[in-house]
Amino acid sequence: MSVTQQTVLPPTPALPAAPPLLRIAPPQGWLELNLREVWEYRELLYFFVWRDLKIRYKQTAIGAAWAVLQPFLTMIVFSLFFGALARIPSHGLPYPIFYYSALLPWMYFAGALQNATSTVVDQQRVITKVYFPRLVLPLAAVLSGLVDLAIGFVVFLGMMLYYGMTPQATILLLPGFLLLGVLTALGVGLWLSALNAIYRDVRYVLPFLIQFWMFASPVAYPSSLVPERWRWLYGLNPMAGVIEGFRWALTGQGQPPNLLLAASTGAVVLLVAGGVVYFQKMEATFADVV
Amino acid sequence: MSQVVIHCEQLGKRYQIGQRERYLALRDVLANSFQAPWRLFRSAAPGSSNGRPKHIWAMRNVSFEIHEGEVVGIVGRNGAGKTTLLKVLARVTRPTEGHAEVVGRMGSLLEVGTGFHPELTGRENTYLSGAILGMSKREINRKFDEIVAFAEVEQFIDTPLKHYSSGMQMRLAFAVAAHLEPEILLVDEVLAVGDIAFQKKCLGKMGEVARGGRTILFVSHNMGAIAQLCQRCLLLVDGHLALDDAPERVVSAHVKNSLQPSSEGETTWERSGSGRARITSVAIRDELGAQCSTLSMGQNLYIRIGGCAERSDLEFTLAAQFVTCWGIPVLYLYNQFKNFRSGADKSFLIDVFVPRLLLMPGLYFLHVWVGLSGQEEFDYVKNGATIDVIQSDCVPITLPIHQHLGLVYSYVEAQQLR
Repeated sequence: MSVTQQTVLPPTPALPAAPPLLRIAPPQGWLELNLREVWEYRELLYFFVWRDLKIRYKQTAIGAAWAVLQPFLTMIVFSLFFGALARIPSHGLPYPIFYYSALLPWMYFAGALQNATSTVVDQQRVITKVYFPRLVLPLAAVLSGLVDLAIGFVVFLGMMLYYGMTPQATILLLPGFLLLGVLTALGVGLWLSALNAIYRDVRYVLPFLIQFWMFASPVAYPSSLVPERWRWLYGLNPMAGVIEGFRWALTGQGQPPNLLLAASTGAVVLLVAGGVVYFQKMEATFADVV
Repeated sequence: MSQVVIHCEQLGKRYQIGQRERYLALRDVLANSFQAPWRLFRSAAPGSSNGRPKHIWAMRNVSFEIHEGEVVGIVGRNGAGKTTLLKVLARVTRPTEGHAEVVGRMGSLLEVGTGFHPELTGRENTYLSGAILGMSKREINRKFDEIVAFAEVEQFIDTPLKHYSSGMQMRLAFAVAAHLEPEILLVDEVLAVGDIAFQKKCLGKMGEVARGGRTILFVSHNMGAIAQLCQRCLLLVDGHLALDDAPERVVSAHVKNSLQPSSEGETTWERSGSGRARITSVAIRDELGAQCSTLSMGQNLYIRIGGCAERSDLEFTLAAQFVTCWGIPVLYLYNQFKNFRSGADKSFLIDVFVPRLLLMPGLYFLHVWVGLSGQEEFDYVKNGATIDVIQSDCVPITLPIHQHLGLVYSYVEAQQLR
């Protein structure tokens, strides 16, 4: 484009239909939801995700191979100890498939939660200098993890091929379970990132939380080990529904985790709704306390 | 008058002491709750020594209106609430009381290089920082070449930022920011970056933006920049709006306000030099010998300079300079051929006689220098004294005159030839 052409172009507003009047006032009341504004800032969301991806494996020798290696190595360790040695039941699935199909959503969740929790503190320089809906930050942290998940998924398809398995129709339900997983990470991430901005203790609690949470989720064992009448309670851990759902959708083996899923979905809705409200209440003070 | 685009009403922002800098640890919360009953008891006790306030108002009762297309400067000492005001308007932080209404798309520039990441290349950072500052991707695409040319980093645009010199980083950062084109722009002291040549370029760009009819609100310590760009100026003193007037009046009030204490004590002077001789007092006296801070145009005056040298009989010369509050030197006083010597007790006291001071009415500062010309600077004191020149009947002028007509007045003789 030549320079003369550029000057002819009308100026493009960055935010479509900016509100004509903006009111700046002290925070009032409990509920100040402004989700439409988050939508108006979707381009910034895109840039934050893009930046996360750009810098994630900068200056590493093997780069994005880490996205494959992390679940793959864990899968080998689990298959050896929980599988070959402890003989944990696996619905007749080969152990590598059994573990990898659970590690895929779990690793995504653990990573996304870690990113989301630290994002408000990590981005304090930006937060104290520029306005944007802060909700964009944990949202970006949760979304950028999906790329690693996609890479890991391709590896899983290769493993299925190796074991002579073909994806069943249930795989079409995978996006639903994925969405549930993303929402779980977002819901918890919202709470923890806002808390982390005020209490840095969260940073030290998080590794334990993630470790305990893994044992409370059917990663290393199937949820069928949990007694039937406690299954609904177990399902209140949304990752239980997500992981069993992934396993079922990817392999087509066993029963659909109906009860588990219903409890998990309910828990996620409450978690996300509460997280959004809490986060938006706290965000007014981020610039002052971070 | 054009439309009001910013309307502030009784804006106030309160910080808890210590809150701004420190985050909380759960430990503190627990500790505080254990201490709380004790503290309650203590503060309830009469004559409690714990009289420190727990809050500070960084800004309070600030009300003003800004019209479309105005370029308004905000001045004040450090901690007067300038940045707080901008942060509240930029929506980075919420006010504690009052409210403001803003019409139109607003952009803020509270820091240069917001969102820059050292691992990313110049190109990637341009997009990232642009997006964070509120530009759309299309807008950045359109201005990309212009930004890179402005920053003078064409060859390095695909190099990671961490390999840039700090000057280059600053230039790129400002270039991105300078191409932000909101209807209302809030700027906080960002012109003070880079070398002089680049600062001039930035100032030029800001002027261009201002002439483009945009509303600009900016904080600066650079009085020259304020003079060059603003039509109106706000002075904040201790969080309150003290003055809202034409820039020259506000700037003189600000400079008076912030320099008055320093002309009283030599300890706070801004100075340089080897220190072999030190100036300890600078005073302006009228012809009757009385110390004064206000003088009429055309009056005779004395500058009395006292000091102390490292030894007795130290030889030195003396120079003095009158400077406007914009930092423009106006009058240079130097007696090249006269050398002074410190006395037996190492001290010296010198009177400089200035006949018929013909500076135009306004505020001036006096810089004083002692040293050996071309060899050594012993001491150089900036703003050693302040002088307010007023118009009076010493010089027969019938209409009010001011600095903006010129800085020096001269007696002239005009002859009508035809």
